[in-house]
Amino acid sequence: MSGEKFDAIVIGAGMAGNAATYTMASRGLKVLQLERGEYPGSKNVQGAIMYANMLEKIIPNFRDDAPLERHLVEQRFWMMDDTSHVGIQYRSDDFNESTPERYTIIRAQFDRWFSRKVREAGATVLCETTATELAQEGGKVIGVRTDRSGDVILADTVVLAEGANGLLGARAGLRRTPTSENVALAVKEIHFLPEDVIDQRFGLHGNEGCVIEAAGTISRGMAGLAFLYTNKESISLGIGCLVSDFAATCESPYELLEAFKNHPSIKHLIADSEVKEYAAHLIPEGGYKAIPALFGDGWVVVGDAAQLNNAVHREGSNLAMTSGRIAGEAIFEVKSRGGRMTKRNLALYKTMLDDSFVIKDLKKYKDMPALLHTNSRNFFMTYPKLMSEASKNFMRVDGTPKIENERATTAAFIKARSRWGLVSDAVRLAMAWR
Amino acid sequence: MTVAVTKLRVEDKLFQNRYLVDPGRPHIKVRPHEHPSANLLALTRICPAKCYELNDKGQVEITADGCMECGTCRVLCEASGEVIWNYPRGGFGVLFKFG
Ligand SMILES: Cc1cc2nc3c(=O)[nH]c(=O)nc-3n(C[C@H](O)[C@H](O)[C@H](O)COP(=O)(O)OP(=O)(O)OC[C@H]3O[C@@H](n4cnc5c(N)ncnc54)[C@H](O)[C@@H]3O)c2cc1C
Ligand code: SF4
Repeated sequence: MSGEKFDAIVIGAGMAGNAATYTMASRGLKVLQLERGEYPGSKNVQGAIMYANMLEKIIPNFRDDAPLERHLVEQRFWMMDDTSHVGIQYRSDDFNESTPERYTIIRAQFDRWFSRKVREAGATVLCETTATELAQEGGKVIGVRTDRSGDVILADTVVLAEGANGLLGARAGLRRTPTSENVALAVKEIHFLPEDVIDQRFGLHGNEGCVIEAAGTISRGMAGLAFLYTNKESISLGIGCLVSDFAATCESPYELLEAFKNHPSIKHLIADSEVKEYAAHLIPEGGYKAIPALFGDGWVVVGDAAQLNNAVHREGSNLAMTSGRIAGEAIFEVKSRGGRMTKRNLALYKTMLDDSFVIKDLKKYKDMPALLHTNSRNFFMTYPKLMSEASKNFMRVDGTPKIENERATTAAFIKARSRWGLVSDAVRLAMAWR
Repeated sequence: MTVAVTKLRVEDKLFQNRYLVDPGRPHIKVRPHEHPSANLLALTRICPAKCYELNDKGQVEITADGCMECGTCRVLCEASGEVIWNYPRGGFGVLFKFG
């Protein structure tokens, strides 16, 4: 490899790295992609819901051979207290369309497929290779060093697609390591069950899938969310909370996961399953305000490494794919104009990204992370308990006059949060949601 | 829940996973210390693989074999220098079959 120079080196073969590499290689650029895992996906963890539209923009006919599990026809959102849940459920047969918009996937399989497409597009992919350092000359990134040899591999541009826990960009001083308030730690398990058992338990047919997202006392007052996603013959489930909250409470993630699995609302859904893996990963949660510098002389950063993750909507892979694609298009554009990969020219990447849903969505929720963080006990303990109590009061038929039940519910809300507290939480939530 | 039960559970969980351990080359190290900081101490509870443990002298030690490379300990303790964090050499470490 010494002596060779690439148009671009991409660090990482996750969603963002594969999108960027594919985009550039299929346009004829000479691209080297480095991945530290034994195979692409062997280090990656996701829930995982994959959004078709963003992949279609890269590989239009992906449905022909991509490893997809189920397409989603039903979404449930649960507010949980220790023994119950109150839920919103949306199901529509409209999602049984010929080109469904959301699928569950298994990352280790999906990433391998995506990587095959990347190779077919003409990129050189080196696995089992950890990039250890960015090589710089006069403030410009000129290549990378790897753990294979001390030599610098040269490139006009380096695309940092190293994920939430990326070391290279931070070590080179291009961005900060995320703070504990800006990342969540998620733990996840995969439970295998026969396909017909899953169909039956969730009311599904054929390739239909269902997802459950849950918040409440299951995160023990920490800002967090749990999930359960149906795959073809397995169920992925997990829970994640801010690292700063974990550090403050010293709650253990596997105990949270065990408690979630044993919750009476969940337990019967995974009964008799065989657990085949336990995984952990960080999720960027800082949103718009945590986005670092996105480009500079000879480099751009994409995906989770750039905090491009929408924690409110649990979207990350699609922002990763889109930022990777846009970075690839911008680099191609600069190159075809005969431009050098200077900071000035690579600003095109940010211009294009600003114009996409990626930055527009993150901007919309820019105040959400701070609100949930400072108010986590109310949003994740007090309200779920109150909701549950209110529902119980509403449902129970025990001879208490309805008006008394209603009064009891209102009184419970006011006692827990005060009238002023309720109004101010509602207003702040509405403002952050705007 | 007793500590012993919890510990057993995590080890059982990790038993499902595939690892390629790089013998003699731990990718994470804890800097020798007299008294652990609050964050370092927290890792004995919050590391999802229970890699961190308190020894008899009240110091925090790491055995990185079951590490899932999540980065939580890096985020909490790299800046202070208490933890020295690197990725394992290419190909080594945890190998997710599903992810
Ligand atoms: C539990 C969980 C559930 C989630 N659920 C969803 C969901 O349902 N839907 C959704 O859209 N998003 C979800 N996300 C978020 C989504 O997984 C991420 O946003 C997405 O994976 C980011 O892609 P990426 O390419 O930026 O990073 P990654 O996919 O993390 O890829 C980074 C890659 O870089 C490699 N790498 C890192 N450093 C180096 C180096 N120095 N040298 C070589 N290689 C290196 C890594 O091995 C890895 O392959 C979830 C995340 C988690 C943790
Ligand atoms: S990286 Fe994660 S799993 Fe590994 S030792 Fe640190 S906290 Fe534990």
